[in-house]
Amino acid sequence: MSAEAASRAARPVAFPQAAAAAVKDEQVRANVRLSQDRIRARRSAAVAEVPDWEELRDAGAAIKDRSLRHLDRALVDLEAAVERAGGVVHWARDALEANEIVVRLVRASGAEEVVKVKSITTDEIGLNDALLEAGVQPIETDLAELICQLAGERPSHLLVPAIHKNRHEIGDLLRERLGLASLTDDPHELAEAARLHLRAAFLRARVAISGANAAVAETGAVCVVESEGNGRMCTTLPETLITVMGIEKVVLEWRDLAVLLQVLARSATAERMNPYTSLWTGVRPGDGPSAFHLVLLDAGRTRSLADPQGREALRCIRCAACIGVCPVYRQTGGHAYHTVYAGPIGAILQPQLSGERGQPASLPFASSLCGACADVCPVRIDIPRILVHERTKAVRAERQGLEGASLRLLGRAFASQGRYERAQRLARVAQRPLVREGWVRSFVGPLAGWGASRELPALPAQTFREWWEARERGA
Amino acid sequence: MRASLFVTCLVDTLFPHVGRATVEVLERLGVEVDFPRAQTCCGQLHWNAGYMEQAALLARRFGDVFAASEVVVTPSGSCAGHVRRHVPELAPAAASVAARTLELSELLVERLGVEGVGTSFAGRVTYHPTCHALRVLRIGGGPERLLRAAPGVELVELPAAQECCGFGGTFAVKNASVSSAMLDEKLDHVLATGADTVCAADSSCLMHIGGGLLRRGAPVRALHLAEVLAT
Repeated sequence: MSAEAASRAARPVAFPQAAAAAVKDEQVRANVRLSQDRIRARRSAAVAEVPDWEELRDAGAAIKDRSLRHLDRALVDLEAAVERAGGVVHWARDALEANEIVVRLVRASGAEEVVKVKSITTDEIGLNDALLEAGVQPIETDLAELICQLAGERPSHLLVPAIHKNRHEIGDLLRERLGLASLTDDPHELAEAARLHLRAAFLRARVAISGANAAVAETGAVCVVESEGNGRMCTTLPETLITVMGIEKVVLEWRDLAVLLQVLARSATAERMNPYTSLWTGVRPGDGPSAFHLVLLDAGRTRSLADPQGREALRCIRCAACIGVCPVYRQTGGHAYHTVYAGPIGAILQPQLSGERGQPASLPFASSLCGACADVCPVRIDIPRILVHERTKAVRAERQGLEGASLRLLGRAFASQGRYERAQRLARVAQRPLVREGWVRSFVGPLAGWGASRELPALPAQTFREWWEARERGA
Repeated sequence: MRASLFVTCLVDTLFPHVGRATVEVLERLGVEVDFPRAQTCCGQLHWNAGYMEQAALLARRFGDVFAASEVVVTPSGSCAGHVRRHVPELAPAAASVAARTLELSELLVERLGVEGVGTSFAGRVTYHPTCHALRVLRIGGGPERLLRAAPGVELVELPAAQECCGFGGTFAVKNASVSSAMLDEKLDHVLATGADTVCAADSSCLMHIGGGLLRRGAPVRALHLAEVLAT
């Protein structure tokens, strides 16, 4: 088992612990902050150019909601359209089934390696590990994905998988792993080295694997957007193309892409138009792959669809705008989230799709609910609301220990004026051993986390309501 | 005008001087303030932490306590945000009270049309627009207008002002290390302004920011908008 597979199989580390370790990595934090600042400024400028941006967001949300509402019909229509055009459609209930299908198809082709277009869905199902176990070498062809693969690390961002690395770290990696001792840290030189490395792989490849940004039920067209041209190479050069797509990516009509591609390009890479948008419909003799397989993946999508308060998460078009503005992600980077969908969207998608692999829920709590994510989401996913919904589910499903007991007790106190006022007086007495000269001096129990970086005033001798009452009496 | 003060559980218990300052400013402007004694908490804490039954109960209670109020005013952007956005969903009967609930600067600037409130506060002030005032209530620039209208206040812009300070209710304790890292960045920005006072319209965020400043030994005070205006 590879190191990556081993880390995946291990029980996930809960967010607070993983994040506490992550914030100590000053290099990663500096890299993430720098990239985030750059991405934020560019996205804001790109969005500000569009006078009807808010209406486009409405349209994007409506388009995704419509296809999700008619998902049953849309998927059957998509299957029929793809097969009419000479493609083959496979249905996968979960990650295991999807991986089995892909491995079987690759084996049937006789290929020992495959080139891959950047695909978070295939990361989600752990396809690379499944291929390696079957003796097939996957080659990531997106530059940042390649960097992560060479480093044996998980991507830490939906769109900028190597955001946690700077060019000096990347230079070291390429010098070591590609055997290019004389390579400098100049970004152009680094990109050129990767380009030459990948060019050979493209020309050898007989099988390519991609994800999909969308597929159109009406026509059977499948869409991949990317910025480097590697996706175009993968979807045109090899004999066999296998696409793994989450079922929520289907849209009903061709014209729906007109909206989604506009909001995606500006939200994701702050571009007016995406550099490489590949669209293909089945196969065409003498042009591109001669075999096309579309694997439709559920893996929790229908589970999410059955949750009226959470299903909005399925609108996600993986633009990562929410990650770009998230102040929590800013401090931790993506690896603290034990999901391929890091950041705010990951904190709702992972619980929606498959929960936290038997661990108590920690991702829904990995947010200050500041709301910056909801303000930028191009399909108007109300992420804070779904975070709270997931918190509510977690509180109902799991024992919350001391926190649960305190909050329930506090709830009881707040429910009655008499109990509330008694609790105020009681707290004033109870705090005595902990305070000195008006300040808390001893941070025990739940106060420990607070006291690590902050002072806390002691409860004053008089509450507001006592002052008010005294004033009324005096008046 | 007659307004009922919703002082919030935090201000009532831990920061009573903010409540007194709120009363002072309102009465100075001729607002007749009452304080319904049955009030406790709006339930935001429970909502935020996922304790929805308790949040719903407290939302209903909020509606009952302030049922007779013409206007409810509160010195908290996040409590006002919770009341206006979530209370109607949790307790439909409380919807009309929720709609009449205003954060202090909303009442002053938008309802009363006042900017100069006669404060004698003097100092170099930077303003942190708290997340829920900004993105739930969308109060716009009311607090900054009040500060700019104060003759002794030199208002200096806070870099990355719209970034969360890292408080976030139970987040501050549950994810203390991330919360502290967020606070560190906020404090760096506050100190970069050279201000002697950081001001906000939420005592919860100020408890966090002020607690951090004190721990650093920084010579900057964290004051509520009402305190600056009441001086």
